[in-house]
Amino acid sequence: MITDFIIPGSIIVAQILAVVVPVLISVAFLVYAERKVLALIQLRRGPNIVGPFGILQSFADALKLITKENIIPSGSNKIVFILAPIITMVLSLAGWAVIPFAPGWVLSDINVGIMYLFAVSSLSVYGVIMAGWASNSQYPFLGALRSAAQMVSYEVSIGFVIITVLLCVGSLNLSKIVLAQQTVWFAIPLLPMFVIFFISALAETNRLPFDLPEDESTLVAGFFTEYSSASFVLFFLGEYASMILMSSMTVILFLGGWLPPFDIYPLNAIPGVIWFTVKIIFILFLFIWVRGTFPRYRYDQLMRLGWKVFLPFSLFWVVVTSSFLVYFDMLPN
Amino acid sequence: MFLYSLTFYLFSTIAVLSALMVISARNPVHSVLFLIFSFVNAAGLFVLLGAEFLAMILIVVYVGAVAVLFLFVVMMLDINFVKLREGFLQYLPFGALLGLVLVIELGILYLTDTSSNFNNSQILLEPKINETENTKMIGQLLYTKYFYLFQICGIILLVAMIGSITLTLRDKGGVKKQNIDNQNTLDASKAIEKKKVKLGEGIK
Repeated sequence: MITDFIIPGSIIVAQILAVVVPVLISVAFLVYAERKVLALIQLRRGPNIVGPFGILQSFADALKLITKENIIPSGSNKIVFILAPIITMVLSLAGWAVIPFAPGWVLSDINVGIMYLFAVSSLSVYGVIMAGWASNSQYPFLGALRSAAQMVSYEVSIGFVIITVLLCVGSLNLSKIVLAQQTVWFAIPLLPMFVIFFISALAETNRLPFDLPEDESTLVAGFFTEYSSASFVLFFLGEYASMILMSSMTVILFLGGWLPPFDIYPLNAIPGVIWFTVKIIFILFLFIWVRGTFPRYRYDQLMRLGWKVFLPFSLFWVVVTSSFLVYFDMLPN
Repeated sequence: MFLYSLTFYLFSTIAVLSALMVISARNPVHSVLFLIFSFVNAAGLFVLLGAEFLAMILIVVYVGAVAVLFLFVVMMLDINFVKLREGFLQYLPFGALLGLVLVIELGILYLTDTSSNFNNSQILLEPKINETENTKMIGQLLYTKYFYLFQICGIILLVAMIGSITLTLRDKGGVKKQNIDNQNTLDASKAIEKKKVKLGEGIK
């Protein structure tokens, strides 16, 4: 009994904690970094009171939010209302199970890793829809409807982008996708797809300029208007954790995962997990930079971009990539 | 082995129970949520069988796309469920008949199919995930042996898609749409006209 279940079980639990705890801590620092970068873009100082350079600001905020009273509206559908933030949070953490941080550093090296990530990121819409519906209020409901349509639209082009990468790799396993980029990162030969993927990732995580589900200027706070205290924290954590998840997905698909840019001495001596982290931080900086730069899209423009620009273009690029690979006989086995 | 059977019974019990809740829940949105839950559990069963590709496709296609739109529609429409329930007894025999046919078919399959050497313990559990990538095997089968059938499926889907678009797309008129190309090529000289207005006269 002990050797069969308890020891392997506790090893798995320890591994899960070793992934989840750093993710949650990096969420706290991501929030801090976002506020600081936005402040610098807007020539402000940003958080600078709690701790040195305000570095503990997010922890203070989280503590404040958790100690507040959790209000559940009387007209709401209580079970779904409570379930929604939990689902958001769980899904944003579940994706980390298949992310390879370095060669062999992966919780579960499954064959269909990229499909699993795609599935988990497409499920995250349920947290939003359930929150919007269960709140029994107009603004959250509008936010939920917007989100449902938006996420489904952008998933289609994300699917095609993944297909182009898979054509070049010949496997759905994330470690194999990274190893296939040893000669050149896919961001270079598949640059248009990289751009489309990044923009769709913004839409998929409801970030500016596509944050219409929580559009402050028209919908108060969108789908989480009615949420307070710990349930609000869960939405907040979920959003940022899925942001980090999407950027690690971008890094694995296009920026060579844990691989150094060139396989030469001082670069390849640095451990893979550091390269991986640096690349994720770069993509996250792009997320924040975009937020600081672009105005919010109008809803019809968002839909047009998804269905009339990205979808035809990514479909076309799938055909181009596959014909190129077949013509030059470069298909992987 | 113990763990596998435990997860199998967990997934299958939850799948059956939530399928029951789909037809018995009072609130239509709850029904759809239970339907989604039972899809997810079915995907879990696929994983246990070692069919990880099918499991992921089930989640991406049914849960991630079809059920979202379904939930969308159910949430938007004001369905009168008391009225829907009126026909329950009327349709019950038909539904029961369908279920019975399905059970008989499964039973026949189970009793007669001895060619593939399935036995109980093997069907139950022991995923062979790492032997061959079943994604590759499905691809090889679909694009060689079942190539024409696969293409026909695609064409049927295309026809259904075009059909639904022609049924729902109508130009109602009175809808304000922005022509993006016009908007992008617009410049100030076309959009704004400067006029000198004499005092006390205005523009005619």
